[in-house]
Amino acid sequence: MSDAQPFSAPYIHAPTSVTRTMSLVMIALVPATLFGLYQYGWPAIFLFIITLTTAVVAEGISLRIAGKPIRPFLFDGSALLTGWLLALTLPPWAPWWIAVVGALLAIIVGKQIFGGLGQNLFNPAMVARVALLISFPLEMTLFTSPLPLGSASAPGMIEGLLITLGLGTTPDAITSATILGHFQTELGRGVSVDQIATTTDSIWQLSWGSISGSMGETSALLLLAGGLFLLWQRIITWHIPLAMLSTLFLSAALFHWLDPTHYISPLTHLLSGAAILGAFFIATDLVTSPVSIRGQIVFGIGCGLLTFIIRTWASYPEGVAFAVMLMNSLTPLLDHYLKPRVYGRDRKGVPIQYGEQEENR
Amino acid sequence: MSHDYRRIAKDGLWDNNIIFAQALGLCPLLAVTGTASNGLGMGLASMVVLIASGMIISLVRGVITPQVRIPVFVLIIAVLVTLVDMVMNAWVHDLHKILGLFIPLIVTNCAILGRAESFASRNPILPSLFDGLMMGIGFTLVMVVLGGAREILGSGTLFANASLLLGSWASILELELIPDYKGFLLIILPPGGFLVLGFILAGKRLIDRKLAAIAAERAEQELALTQN
Repeated sequence: MSDAQPFSAPYIHAPTSVTRTMSLVMIALVPATLFGLYQYGWPAIFLFIITLTTAVVAEGISLRIAGKPIRPFLFDGSALLTGWLLALTLPPWAPWWIAVVGALLAIIVGKQIFGGLGQNLFNPAMVARVALLISFPLEMTLFTSPLPLGSASAPGMIEGLLITLGLGTTPDAITSATILGHFQTELGRGVSVDQIATTTDSIWQLSWGSISGSMGETSALLLLAGGLFLLWQRIITWHIPLAMLSTLFLSAALFHWLDPTHYISPLTHLLSGAAILGAFFIATDLVTSPVSIRGQIVFGIGCGLLTFIIRTWASYPEGVAFAVMLMNSLTPLLDHYLKPRVYGRDRKGVPIQYGEQEENR
Repeated sequence: MSHDYRRIAKDGLWDNNIIFAQALGLCPLLAVTGTASNGLGMGLASMVVLIASGMIISLVRGVITPQVRIPVFVLIIAVLVTLVDMVMNAWVHDLHKILGLFIPLIVTNCAILGRAESFASRNPILPSLFDGLMMGIGFTLVMVVLGGAREILGSGTLFANASLLLGSWASILELELIPDYKGFLLIILPPGGFLVLGFILAGKRLIDRKLAAIAAERAEQELALTQN
């Protein structure tokens, strides 16, 4: 074994903890979440509360069954964040049981079965979202147009509660497809991209987020601001988001350039759906993404490419959740093959001899 | 040479259950247990093959040399499965239409070859027959429990189509537990089978642990009594 001597003090203490990381991610999500809640009104607020409450309760029960200390694990914020991320990807007017089933799936099946925080192979929020999408395709694809709080046609508090409880009727007039869903339906009917683009919202609306979509993934700009905040706080590094978004942009640009009548423009790809939320908040999950820098770049490229492929050629209009889960399953492999080089050794683990560095490279 | 029939029964039903302990035969288990009736039908078909193959292999165990035993076992099992397939096609045709693809696949169910290899080829006829019966009942029970759990969660019914298998009287078994249930598709799909099976296995181990704890406590009390 190595004959290196252990280092002696002083060490630098880094003030990081699970709670701090989770809190900073939640702070970064606040603007986009508030915007989503404002835009979709009371039903969204109730759905958000139900999802988070169920996630925390499920975490507490699981910890109790597993015989783990409840207080430190429950209050580290990880269950709250999982519930939060899940809520952001739900259709804002979904019935309450979608939120409950989703949060239970995320916490119990996605996380605690594997052994709790840090042991899970897949991002828990994405496990729940994909399971819900496969199981309840109708409820999970029923989106509403934005009806900001206080606007004339927005449901009031009681009416909103009824909608979330599944008792109120959602008027058909205000349901509307997402941008990607709209493109897919229309392309399937043989309409060209230019013609569809005239009927969809403007790029400005897409970036600001006043479009129909999931509760918290419509506002690309606010999510980007949150992502930049996380980069500034060094919770995440730039590798995964940049690799994912640029791959998505470049592959979309290539195909749009080859055939602009059949392939959606790259800017629409970036600004609609869950691309920004996924790149900054979901793919960068510390537990389920690779450790090494090279691994993270491969991971990001894979996420971007798979997202583009699923959006373009698969039967689902949105593919971020599937793409991230597929790459999650490759993470152990990436970590195995793309290990960082140990200091003083080459990539195979052989110590570097003095005077031979030139030959080794 | 005496055989401990209680031991064989306990092994087949619980301790060494094909699914619980050996985790064999998972392919038919996950494929057909979308409803309790399908699980019951598949379990019964497998049970018949288990009993008959145990009996026949035990009969001929003296003449089969170790070198050729695997092909001989497979041939015997394949003949029996073909018979079961034809019988089901004739008498429970509607159920056969649902299970059709998976009945011939009983040949490749490693649980049956496993019992032939580890029990029937080393024991006389009666214990082998009894082992096949118990293993078959254990397998069927798990299939029905798993099928029932998936059916309740996935489609809100229990024993739907039971009359196809058991005759028209069985329609009283067919329950619709949750009216207007929209269906939880994931549970019906294979991933749901793995999930529910995982929870059932966890439940079995929990019961085992509780039983072991009770047994240990009783032993301790008896020890205390003898010391007094």
